[in-house]
Order: sequence, then structure tokens, then C-alpha cells
Amino acid sequence: MSIATRFVPSGLLLFAVVALAVPASASSGWNMTPGVTEISRAIYDLHMLIFWICVAIGVVVFGAMLVSIILHRKSRGVTPATFHESTKLEIVWTLVPLGILIGMAIPATTVLVQMYDSGGEDMVVEVRGYQWRWQYKYLDDDLNEQISFFSNLSTPREQIRGQSEKGENYLLEVDNPLVIPINRKVRFLLTSNDVIHAWWVPDFALKRDAIPGFINEMWTIVEEPGIYRGQCAELCGIDHGFMPIVVYALPEDEYDAWYAEQLQLARVEDQLMERDWSEAELLARGEKVYGTHCVGCHQADGQGVPPVFPALAGNAMMTGDFDTHMEVVYHGRAGTAMQAFGPVLSPLDMASVMNYQRHAFGDAGSSKRAEAVKPKDIVSFAAAQ
Amino acid sequence: MSAVIDAHHHDDHAHGPAKGITRWLYTTNHKDIGSMYLWFSFIMFLAGGVMALVIRAELFQPGHSFVDPHFFNQMTTMHGLVMVFGAIMPAFVGLANWMLPMMVGAPDMALPRMNNLSFWILPFASLMLISTLFMEGGGPDFGWTMYAPLSTTYAPDSVTFMIFAIHLLGASSIMGAINIIATILNMRAPGMTLMKMPMFVWTWLITAYLLIAVMPVLAGAVTMMLFDIHFGTSFFDAAGGGDPVLFQHIFWFFGHPEVYIMILPAFGIVSHVIPAFSRKRLFGYDSMVYATSSIAFLSFIVWAHHMFTVGMPLAGQLFFMYATMLIAVPTGVKVFNWVSTMWQGSMTFETPMLFALAFVFLFTVGGFSGVMLAIAPADYQYHDTYFVVAHFHYVLVSGALFSIFCAVYYWLPKWTGFMYSEALGKLHFWLSFIGVNVAFFPMHFSGLAGMPRRIPDYALQFANFNAWSTVGAFIFGLSQLVFLYVVIKSIRGGQKATAQVWDGAEGLEWTVPSPAPYHTFSTPPVVK
Ligand code: HEM
Ligand SMILES: [Cu+2]
Repeated sequence: MSIATRFVPSGLLLFAVVALAVPASASSGWNMTPGVTEISRAIYDLHMLIFWICVAIGVVVFGAMLVSIILHRKSRGVTPATFHESTKLEIVWTLVPLGILIGMAIPATTVLVQMYDSGGEDMVVEVRGYQWRWQYKYLDDDLNEQISFFSNLSTPREQIRGQSEKGENYLLEVDNPLVIPINRKVRFLLTSNDVIHAWWVPDFALKRDAIPGFINEMWTIVEEPGIYRGQCAELCGIDHGFMPIVVYALPEDEYDAWYAEQLQLARVEDQLMERDWSEAELLARGEKVYGTHCVGCHQADGQGVPPVFPALAGNAMMTGDFDTHMEVVYHGRAGTAMQAFGPVLSPLDMASVMNYQRHAFGDAGSSKRAEAVKPKDIVSFAAAQ
Repeated sequence: MSAVIDAHHHDDHAHGPAKGITRWLYTTNHKDIGSMYLWFSFIMFLAGGVMALVIRAELFQPGHSFVDPHFFNQMTTMHGLVMVFGAIMPAFVGLANWMLPMMVGAPDMALPRMNNLSFWILPFASLMLISTLFMEGGGPDFGWTMYAPLSTTYAPDSVTFMIFAIHLLGASSIMGAINIIATILNMRAPGMTLMKMPMFVWTWLITAYLLIAVMPVLAGAVTMMLFDIHFGTSFFDAAGGGDPVLFQHIFWFFGHPEVYIMILPAFGIVSHVIPAFSRKRLFGYDSMVYATSSIAFLSFIVWAHHMFTVGMPLAGQLFFMYATMLIAVPTGVKVFNWVSTMWQGSMTFETPMLFALAFVFLFTVGGFSGVMLAIAPADYQYHDTYFVVAHFHYVLVSGALFSIFCAVYYWLPKWTGFMYSEALGKLHFWLSFIGVNVAFFPMHFSGLAGMPRRIPDYALQFANFNAWSTVGAFIFGLSQLVFLYVVIKSIRGGQKATAQVWDGAEGLEWTVPSPAPYHTFSTPPVVK
């Protein structure tokens, strides 16, 4: 059963503070990062090798050009030479570059072959792209998901709008980071729920497209603990620039502790469902859910961006029949950006957000309000599908 | 029969252009049509340029400043489409119209009426394309590469109009290409064998074949999009059993030859200008022809280098990596030949030559980043970052576009009969040269530092590079007004141009007076 866990445990926060003080990913800011894996360093070396080869060729070619421009100019009274072909030269400057290219191809092939060796993993994480967030599922030995959660941009809108000062990790921060252990081979399975996305963390030199209906794979062994940041690298719609990736790489024991804690939390959340929720509790929770899943399109004030993203405020659905509302949220609207949230949100979160929507954009405060939607209603709706 | 027609039309041959608007609407004259193509492409260049400046203004600083992300995406998409299909390609067709008949000693293009049609499709197609920006739901917002399913299931309604516009633009290109091939193969002056053809003619001949080969492929790709959107097919929809990656394969099977369509004629132009201003024959003519042909051939088997991250099998990655690296060989041969042409020449540095030299220099820089991108494992780090944006702007702006400026300055005196202002031409050159480098060089750094392309806002560490890029883009954009002024001034008057214009220039076009009369080579010249 997929249960979203949304709490970064306190141990992790402590670790984050320590890691920030000693930044592990020392990006020079000008050049490709050498990164923190064997592969990323190999790629960096390849990049620098080819860069310097290009510089060398450039020095020769541009040097010859420059000499001509300086010496062989009419203002110096030179008479032009008349030579205009040389088969020998043509052969030389076909074969020499060919040789250089073969010299580049050999190390490139070696690295590529190494990257394709994806067997023997210690753990598997499924990465699923959504417009516009990532979902991480930790698959156990039988490839059943145990823990699964969404990772959303956590930079406040005020910072984007310039209404408050931008933080250090502006646009590169999320609510729930991916957590992986160092020194273990982590295999990623990538796919998407809607359009094509691409998952990219420069420090791991990993970039692969997440394609709907397909599963791509890649792997990494991170060698240094730290916080690593990346972004979606394939245009995926309006908020393409706002779905970053943050990975916490923890020492093995810390990771194991984190994993155990998450399993525990997942169980607790299962029990939460059984509890009777007051309307105020649901509304508070719903506001958070709205902020992560709905606000991108429908906006904080519920005005949407018509006609692409319809307004919720004043929308008849907010005061109308509960089942119609549920139908749309659960199944989405085919052919539009409105995705099906049925598989995305837990019943608790779906009930909360529906209550919040009806409260905030419907007949807020009026006594006509129907009774609150309860998680159990969602469960029975889902069962009927 | 032909004798009768000859007699009947005899005095038609002497007449000049018709008066008024009908001259332009009905014209079948290659020079008129060439001028219209060039003006049209310049207008589209300004339109696409304004969109680029909107993009750069938004990216000047981190944070949301002028346009929302939805409009931003429409700008990047439309900028790419307008520049590729509206500015660069029509400009080269315009140059072909003006120069090919004169270079091969023909009186006009082989199919003059089709020539008129292929031009007049363009304004309407482009208008339709740009009008999508004002439609409900906004214009296309999925990038000029139109990857499905973002461009199908998730696209705004206006995508249908974009598809139709692309069909029309493609039809126009195919007609233009047929015309060019027919002209070159059938209408060369007696004595002009294939291996005596000027390089611009050669490169256009090969380009025209590329066009005929790949424009239908693009038409197929967008038609499949159309069917997915309106007729319930699932070519690219995984939910219906389709394959989103199939779209990319089809698109890039068109797309990679397309980038060579935009650069081969440029190779031709600088192969005229460098010898003319070095006062020395082009070095290695034969090898230039062979190199161009091999580039054209290779361009068909490298397309998936744009798709190294889609998850191809190892063998596929390796094949496309090797094939792409191989393109650097004939490209290198061309550069070496140009440098050898300058070597021990007697060079002068008029505006066309400045643009030609900048072309060789900056195109090679773009070639270097191309070789880096070809290395598949390294491309995992470069792909879809600003490094790629830097690469293709070096080859397209300081490559293709600079060659067009180069050609215009080189042939303008032949077209207008007046010399342009050399001082202003040089001013245009230096502003453009500085602008291009300030705009695009920092993009290498922002890309390597990790900035993805096509994002409306970015993390703080990319701020400096982006500020520079924006400053450079505005310098470059505004300096094009100087160009417009120089051209208009030279049409209005100035120092009279001689027939030869440039003392080192060679070719049949320099044997007719300046300005070139409305009809040239009614009787073919003889080439020794
Ligand atoms: C030595 C020659 C060249 C090589 C080896 C080369 C290689 C590449 C590679 C590997 C990419 C894909 C990068 C990526 O998306 O990760 C690319 C992109 C591109 N190249 Fe080149 N290239 C060369 C020359 C050219 C030329 C001559 C042009 C056009 C005049 C050109 C235009 C482009 C464009 C437009 C793109 C990006 C398209 C897009 O994704 O929007 N390239 N090149
Ligand atoms: Cu390509």
C-alpha cells in the first residue's frame, strides 16, 4: 500500500546542518563538476581531455589564421601565392584528425561500457516524473514499494516573485529529498506519469529521460556523504524550471536508521486513517496538500490561469455534488493538464484537500456547507472504481 | 512550336519590371523573388529577435521579472521556429534565387512560376504560425523540437495551426529545392561542368537534395501529431500502445540534416569570399566538394546524438557516437582548406571578409563544442543544458547568420549598383561580433555549471553568466538596426559600383553590370 511520508526526521535535519557547513559538492562554478562517483570523475576527465585537445587544435588553426592575417595582408605589399591544391596535405588533414578522434573514442567507449553495467545493485529506487514534481519509491527485494513520497519545490513563491530575499538554495530545494546510502550500488528505474522529464544530478553524472510508458535505468555509487542538487532537464511544461532534485547521501548506518524510521512512519500513517478527523484538522492538512499539488495551476487564490487552468473560486463544482468533485480529482480530466490524483494522494490527503477547496473557494463559512468529506468516503469511492 | 513562342515574345525579353504592386505579386523574375525572400527573412529575423530579447530580459536576473513561465515557453518555441523556418532558411533561398542563375549563366530559375508560389506561401504560413500566440490558450509552448506527448496530449489547441503552418513552410521549401536542382542540373552555361561549378552552387545543390529528403519526414512527424490530437491515433501515446521516443527519432531524422541545410550554403558563401579577399584561388576545390558530400551523407546517420539520454542500448549509443565524431573529419577539412586559402594570400579586410573570418573562427568554436557533445558519456552532463544552447548558437548565429551578412555585403553592390558604407558595415560587424560572443560564450559556462535550458528562472550561481548573456544579446540585437540602415542607404544611392566590384572576385556574376540588369544571360555565356 502506497503511503506518502512527508516528514523529514529530525536526525536528517541535524545532518543537513552539518553537511551545509562542509559543502561536499565543491562546484567550481565555471566548469563541469568532477562529482562524487567513480563515473562522474571519469566523465570529468573525458571532458577535460577533449577540451584540451580542442584547445590544441584551436591554437594551430587559429594561429595559422592569425599569422596570415598579420603577415599576408595586401597593405604589406605582398603578392599572393598561386598554389591551390595538394593531395598530400588533404590526406594528412583527413588522417590526422581521424587518428585524434580514435584517441578520443577509446576512453569514451570504456566509460560508456562501464556505465551500462547496471547489475549487482544493493537497492532499487523508482523515480517517477509528474508535472511538476518527482516521486520516489523504495522497492524492496521483491520490488514491492515500501516507502514512497513526493518531492516538491520548497522555495516560497515570495522569493520567486521578488517579494522576499532569495535563499541560498533558491529553486534547488525540496520538501522531501531523496535519501540514499553512500558506498552502495543504487539502481534507479525511471518513468513518468505524464510527459517526458529528465532526472539529472550533476555530481553523480546521471541524466536519463523519464518517459511515460517506458522504464529507463541507471545506477550510482556515491562515495561522499552530502547534499546533492539537480534539476529536471527535459522541457515538461509550465513549471519545468521548478521541479528540482535534492539527494541526501547518508553514511550506511544513518541511512539504515532513516529507512527503518520511514517504515515505522508509514505504519503510523496507516493508523491515522482509521482515526476520526475533525474538520479543522482536515482543513489545515488540506491547505498543505493544495500548496504542493494544486497551486501550480489553480493558483493560491483559486483563480487559475484561464482558459488553460480553470478557476476554482466561484466554480460550481466547489458547492455542488460531492461525487462530481471527487470524480474529477480522482480521475483527472483526460487530455488536459489536470492529472488523476487517485493514485497520487492518500485517501486522507484527498479528503483533506477536497475539504480545503470547498471551504476556501466554495461557500466558505456559510451554514449551507455540507458535512465534511472524510477519508473513509474516499476509500469507499476508490473501492467502487 | 518553340520558334513561334520565341517570335511572339521577342520584345518581352527587353522589358523591365511591371509597375506597382503587381510587380511583386505576379513576378516570376528570380531577382525580384530573391529580394522578396531576403526582405521577408529579415522581417522574420527581427520578429524572432524580439522574442529572443524577451527571453533574455526575463533571464537577466533570477526571479520572476517580466513574463510568466507559460509565455516564456511560447517565446522559446516561437523564437526557434521563426528563426529556423522564417529567417535562416528563406534567407539562403533568397541568396540562391539572386545568385544561382547568375553564377551558372542562366537567364532565370528553371521553374519561375513555382518560384513565385514557393515565395508567396511563406508570408501566409508565417503569419499563421505567429498568430497562434494570440489564440486562446496561447501558442505552442513545447519547444521547437515539439517532443510528444507535451506537444500532443498536453498541447494548447493552437498546435493545430502550427502543424498546418509547418506543412506549408515545408511545401515551400520542397518547391524551392526542386527549382534549385532543376536550375543547376539543366541550365548551366555551356562548358560549366559539374566540377567547374562555383562552390555556392555546389553546396546549394547538395542542400536542395537534403531538403527534398527530410522535409517530408518532418511533414510526416507533424501529421502523426495531428492524428494523435484529433483522430484518436496513438503514435506517440504510450497509454494507447504508442511510443513517445518514436517522435524523437522521426524529428531528428529530419532535424540533423536540417542543421546542415542551414550551414552548407554558408560553407559555399565563405568559399567565395575568402578567395576574393585573399586574392588567391580557393585551396582544395575538389576536396571541398567531396567534404560537403560526405557531410551530407553522414548527416543522415547521426540523428540520435540528440537522444543520448533516452535510454538507447549500448550498441546504439556507440554507433551514433562514432558516426557523429566522424562528421568532424570533413568539417575539419573545410576549415583547413579555408585557412590554406588565406595562407600567403594578399588579404584585405572589407566587411564581407570580416564576416567570413569571424565565420571560420566562431564556427570552428561551435565545431569544438560539437565534438565534445558527440562524446556520449560526457553528453549526459551537457545534454539539455546551456552548453548545447551555446553550441548551436555558435554554429547558427556566428555560423549561418554571419555567412548571410557576409553574402549580403559581398553581393549588395551587384544588386543595388552602389557601394555600401564600409565604415558603417564595419561598425555593424564589430558590434555583432562583440554582441555574439558576450551573449553566447558565457552560456558554455552556465551550461557546464549545471543550468538546464528552457527554464524561465534559475538558481543564484548562474546569475552572472546570465546577466552577461543578456547584455550581449541586446548589443547584438540592436546592432542589426545598423545593418538595416546600411542596406537601405546603399539601395538609395552612394558611390557607383563597377561590374567587377571586388578586384579579387571571380565568377560569372561579376561579368554583368552593377546593378545587374533585370534580365541577365538571355544568351548563355561560354565557360572555358
Ligand atoms: C562538428 C560538427 C558538429 C557536431 C559533432 C555536432 C554535435 C552535436 C550534438 C552531439 C548535439 C546534441 C547535443 C545535446 O542535445 O545534448 C548537437 C546539437 C545541436 N547542433 Fe550540432 N554538431 C555539429 C555541428 C553543427 C552545425 C554545423 C549545426 C548547424 C548549423 C549544428 C546545430 C545544432 C543544433 C541546432 C543543435 C541543438 C538542437 C536542439 O536540441 O534544439 N551543429 N550538435
Ligand atoms: Cu545533430
